Amino acid sequence: MSDTIKTDVVIIGAGPVGLFAVFELGLLDIKAHLIDILDKVGGQCAELYPEKPIYDIPGIPYITGNGLTEALMQQIKPFGPTFHLNEMVTTVEKIGDPLFRIKTDAGKTFECKCVAIAAGGGSFQPKRPPINGIEPYEDKSVFYAVRKMENFRDKRLLIVGGGDSALDWTLNLQPLAKRLTLVHRRDEFRGAPDSVNKMRALVAAGAMDLKIGQVTALEGADGRLSAASVKTKDAVERIECDAMLPFFGLTMKLGPVAEWGIKMEDELIPVDTGTFETNIPGLFAIGDINTYPGKLKLILSGFHEAALMSQKAYHYVYPEKKLVFQYTTSSTSLQKKLGVA
Amino acid sequence: MSDLQQTSLSARTNTEPMPKITFIEHDGSVHTVDAELGATVMETAIKNDIGGIVAECGGGCTCATCLVHVDEKWFAVVGPPSEEENQMLDTAFEVKETSRLSCQIKVTEKLDGLIVRTPSYQGR
Repeated sequence: MSDTIKTDVVIIGAGPVGLFAVFELGLLDIKAHLIDILDKVGGQCAELYPEKPIYDIPGIPYITGNGLTEALMQQIKPFGPTFHLNEMVTTVEKIGDPLFRIKTDAGKTFECKCVAIAAGGGSFQPKRPPINGIEPYEDKSVFYAVRKMENFRDKRLLIVGGGDSALDWTLNLQPLAKRLTLVHRRDEFRGAPDSVNKMRALVAAGAMDLKIGQVTALEGADGRLSAASVKTKDAVERIECDAMLPFFGLTMKLGPVAEWGIKMEDELIPVDTGTFETNIPGLFAIGDINTYPGKLKLILSGFHEAALMSQKAYHYVYPEKKLVFQYTTSSTSLQKKLGVA
Repeated sequence: MSDLQQTSLSARTNTEPMPKITFIEHDGSVHTVDAELGATVMETAIKNDIGGIVAECGGGCTCATCLVHVDEKWFAVVGPPSEEENQMLDTAFEVKETSRLSCQIKVTEKLDGLIVRTPSYQGR
């Protein structure tokens, strides 16, 4: 187990609001680490609308999700935040007044004075296919991610999907597998053309199978898969397999937030609108995941919430100091922090 | 009555026609609602609290959680999905020949009477 990472504030979620919180905290000399379940920063801006225009960021008539993420990354650069991507926070525990211990599914432990939950609609998790009785197989013979390729050696594999994940794992696992079948609903793939060509070459050489259809039923016992039914255009085919890997993209689920002892209402976290603090002192919630009278799920609202939250966090991080409000336009001290004075 | 009030009243009586859209949910419940011209079928569903439509991404054609099965008689009028939409349909479930993402169907006068069915599951 690695050593505990100690910092002022841990921000859960590296979407636009979590990123901007780094800026507001940084102006107040508060250091932050960010943890995000995605393998990239930007949250929904990166995952759901990287190329789609956003028209309601104040002062920016038009920007894409990716554009906004890049601009925010540039804006927070002076404050040197540390990112922990591809990690999900599993527990948040209050151990002091205030002091929190946070653990992630990658085995990291953090200790921090304050926590800012900026988790938007929750965590992005793989979509689960609606196949009757799939639950007992999950994590035993149905997997939504490949942790160790070796686990699939000499297995009969069924990979489902038509994007890059499905194609990449098809190409990576085909040499190891006893037999690999790729199932997709149509004979066109949205993955990289090169991967599609390689996959088609393997099919043509008889080294793997491609079925156009949808998986409708699973067979097996005690969580061990033995076969799957694939409904094709004019028949239902039974394909023997030891493991299935469905890749249908991601969806937002609330995730473990509900288990941290925070007061919640309809999967949202009620906050005080002066501080954006939850019912637990030192634990804040900003952006789409919070709720209060008049709440609007807008990026601009999240930015405002990050600024006010930082003021309160300052009192926890520097309890002995008096906070004097300053403007970036006129304060030499702030400009020094930004590296422009 | 002030001029302003009269203007707004006459504006209301001269409103554009509102096509009707019928949503048949997976549990069999039927909702026939007024749709605004130019809005999408997804927006019409959300405005009318149609539970079977999630629309996680808010209409960006990036999440496939607003899937509908267009009634077979209506499919020719609605038309097939674009390639971009078809790619997103790859990440939906129970996709049929007449399935569409409702955020990609714009309401027009021709769609007055449209019938769509919502699936049992939108992936979440």
